[in-house]
Amino acid sequence: MKGLGDMLLSQDAGSEIMIGNTALVRAMVESGTQVVTAYPGSPTPEIATAIAAIPLDKRPFYFEFSTNEKVALEVALGASVNGHASCVFFKSVGLNVAADTFVQLSLLELVGGMVVILGDDPGANSSQNEQDNRHLARLAYVPVLEPADPIQAYAMYLEALRLSRERRKPVILRMTTHVCHAKMRVPFAAYRPEPHDRSPRFDPANGPYIPLTSRVFPLKAKALANIEWFRSYAEKCPFNRLLDHGNRRRGIIVAGLPLRSLEDVLLDSADKPDVLALGMPYPLPSGLVGDFLSSHAEVKILEELDDFVEQQVKAIAYERRIDVVLKGKSDIDDWIGEYGPDKVAEVLRKVWPDLLPPAQARPQVPVTVSARPPQLCPGCGHRTAFYAVRKAISDAEITLADVGCHTLGFLPPYNVGQMFLDMGASVPTGSGLALFNKTRPVIAFLGDSTLFHAGLPGIINAVFNKHNLTLIVMENGTTAMTGHQDHAGSGQNFNGETPAVRIDSVLEAIGVTPRRVDAYAVGKLTALVREAIGQEGFKVIIASHPCMLKATRDARRKGDRVEKMVRVDQEKCSRARECISRFACPTFQFGEDGSIDTHSDLCIGDGSCLQTCPAHAITPPRAK
Amino acid sequence: MNRFNAYLIGVGGQGIGMLSEAMMRAADHAGHVVHGCDTHGLAQRGGTVVSFLRLGSDCSSPMFGRGQADLVVALERHEALRGTLDFLRPGGTLVYYDAVWQPLPVRLQEKTAVTPAELETACRGLGIRAIRVFVDGLTDARMQNVAVLATLAREKVLPGLELPHYEAALADLMTGKTLEKNLALLREAR
Repeated sequence: MKGLGDMLLSQDAGSEIMIGNTALVRAMVESGTQVVTAYPGSPTPEIATAIAAIPLDKRPFYFEFSTNEKVALEVALGASVNGHASCVFFKSVGLNVAADTFVQLSLLELVGGMVVILGDDPGANSSQNEQDNRHLARLAYVPVLEPADPIQAYAMYLEALRLSRERRKPVILRMTTHVCHAKMRVPFAAYRPEPHDRSPRFDPANGPYIPLTSRVFPLKAKALANIEWFRSYAEKCPFNRLLDHGNRRRGIIVAGLPLRSLEDVLLDSADKPDVLALGMPYPLPSGLVGDFLSSHAEVKILEELDDFVEQQVKAIAYERRIDVVLKGKSDIDDWIGEYGPDKVAEVLRKVWPDLLPPAQARPQVPVTVSARPPQLCPGCGHRTAFYAVRKAISDAEITLADVGCHTLGFLPPYNVGQMFLDMGASVPTGSGLALFNKTRPVIAFLGDSTLFHAGLPGIINAVFNKHNLTLIVMENGTTAMTGHQDHAGSGQNFNGETPAVRIDSVLEAIGVTPRRVDAYAVGKLTALVREAIGQEGFKVIIASHPCMLKATRDARRKGDRVEKMVRVDQEKCSRARECISRFACPTFQFGEDGSIDTHSDLCIGDGSCLQTCPAHAITPPRAK
Repeated sequence: MNRFNAYLIGVGGQGIGMLSEAMMRAADHAGHVVHGCDTHGLAQRGGTVVSFLRLGSDCSSPMFGRGQADLVVALERHEALRGTLDFLRPGGTLVYYDAVWQPLPVRLQEKTAVTPAELETACRGLGIRAIRVFVDGLTDARMQNVAVLATLAREKVLPGLELPHYEAALADLMTGKTLEKNLALLREAR
């Protein structure tokens, strides 16, 4: 393959090795999608990585990273009611942010169509929970397609947009982490670029678009009728398939990635159950499911996360008075974690102990290996900031982290951030912790992208209601954790330069004057934090340093980076271990004799560590 | 069964994703059906990063279970032991670049670093063929990956894969001087 962008725009049919997220972009191109919006969050950001591979002047659709998921959804909604096929994508918990708008979608006539791509995260690989968004789909009367692999992701996107345009209603494409990131050879069809009508076609006559009081009821009736239409469609949906192994005793109902785990596990089974593979977990086709239940003595619902399909299947069996033994979740463990092959085998053994050969015992060896938690990168300004904050506080303070790389400050040796919930929660939760509290200063942390995403209402509330806490904005100029996407303060967006929204100006307009400091200036930051927690009221410090991972990569890409590193002067080193035990940059490592030195693979020569050594034994950065 | 499972493991920042992509494309060039998946997100910040790679028609899932790897490829000594203990089947093969990036608990002196003797104990106990890769003076982790690829090619660790398949894989992923440099390293390290 030469050039991801060329492949995505290729007019010829073909095939390429790609991840699920990339396959979605090929489908967006082929299907004539006109507007795509998003907020970055794992497991979905690589959709934008693929979009970025298509040069702006050749990109057949508009794309933006919006300030949060709700905004992204609303931009996509506006485009759709104006006649443009639109798509929005974000991670699992992003739907909570977008929920206020999302629950209204199915009431409206989306004349251009709209696909909502959700990146659910079974296994909580990169999320604060494992929430099963199929519940929200049902709450909002929105049908769900769920691929098992990248080939299906591509095909289902095409089908989802086709259905959405035809029905003028939203369709969810529910991805999960290892469907987004699974890699395989994906065949794709030819791409025939067509001119699209980009004139504004919004017409209130397509509505009503005002769901208020009694006007809600006819809209709700249409949404419900739409779900019944999809229920009929599901009977013949090509993604709901029977895998007939000729087994009338046992059947399994499964959806999404667990289908692929099941297929793997059943290779070892001498008596394979029949499988009803659901590409559409909501709404369920009662005929297809009912027939499957009627034709088997026992049916296991093999379901990742919650018992969403299980409840629908049980209802079908009850309503149709089908005589079948239904086996749903066996215990709490069945509700938790990703259904990879190991988990699927474990779940199946609980209901049918004879189905699979017993797991083989493994020889025990008397060695163990230390865990390796993630950590802040070498040169990260958050490290110097946490090091400085640690010097300013005792154990009485209450510290609150928010979402982003700085969340990692909760780990030793910093132990800063004793609570963490979701985007923008640190300041309001801190405000609550400060009520009646005269003895334990409250310090909230917030990254810059998160400040624009959901931080501002909490900050305004702290001013409005005179809360008594300190906010430290951990500014690094980017959305670092999810892969360095630009945000409103970056000075550029996905498509080019844009005026930077200055956090200082925003805060001043709100009525609070922030104290800005380079996060590398440990002494100054320590003094500012001490001063702030000694004062009444809402105080803001901005601890700023560019993301050094991004800066280093950008410089290498441009070819103007001089590889540098610091060293420990062993003559001067007093073995105080400040660099390794309290500053804890990963470049400081123990030698076999207990000495400490830097690691040439890791050190970037930023020199932020020099100030931490009580013996002044760290040498200034020199070329490697 | 037509199935070969490889488990790749390293530390965020070492370039496991690129190594995995190169191996998968090499296997594809050799005519295998390929499946796989990588770690993205939080763990990329200095944590353990893994990648699954599967060759053969008897694979459906992008992942496989613990103790099911025929091959573990590791880019770091601690991760070599972790990958071996968790995923390598008894009698399998370990190829590891012997870099040492001490994990946080080791640097905080809560845990001890993995020694070559411990790795050897584990490999002996599980009947593992271990191949150590180390090139003096290779400070760029990306070059370490090419040294590992060269070893995989030389030792014919992946079934049916020869040097030209690896060369074609690199040619898929890079161009110009970067490609020339890496191809030279690949051939030289052999």
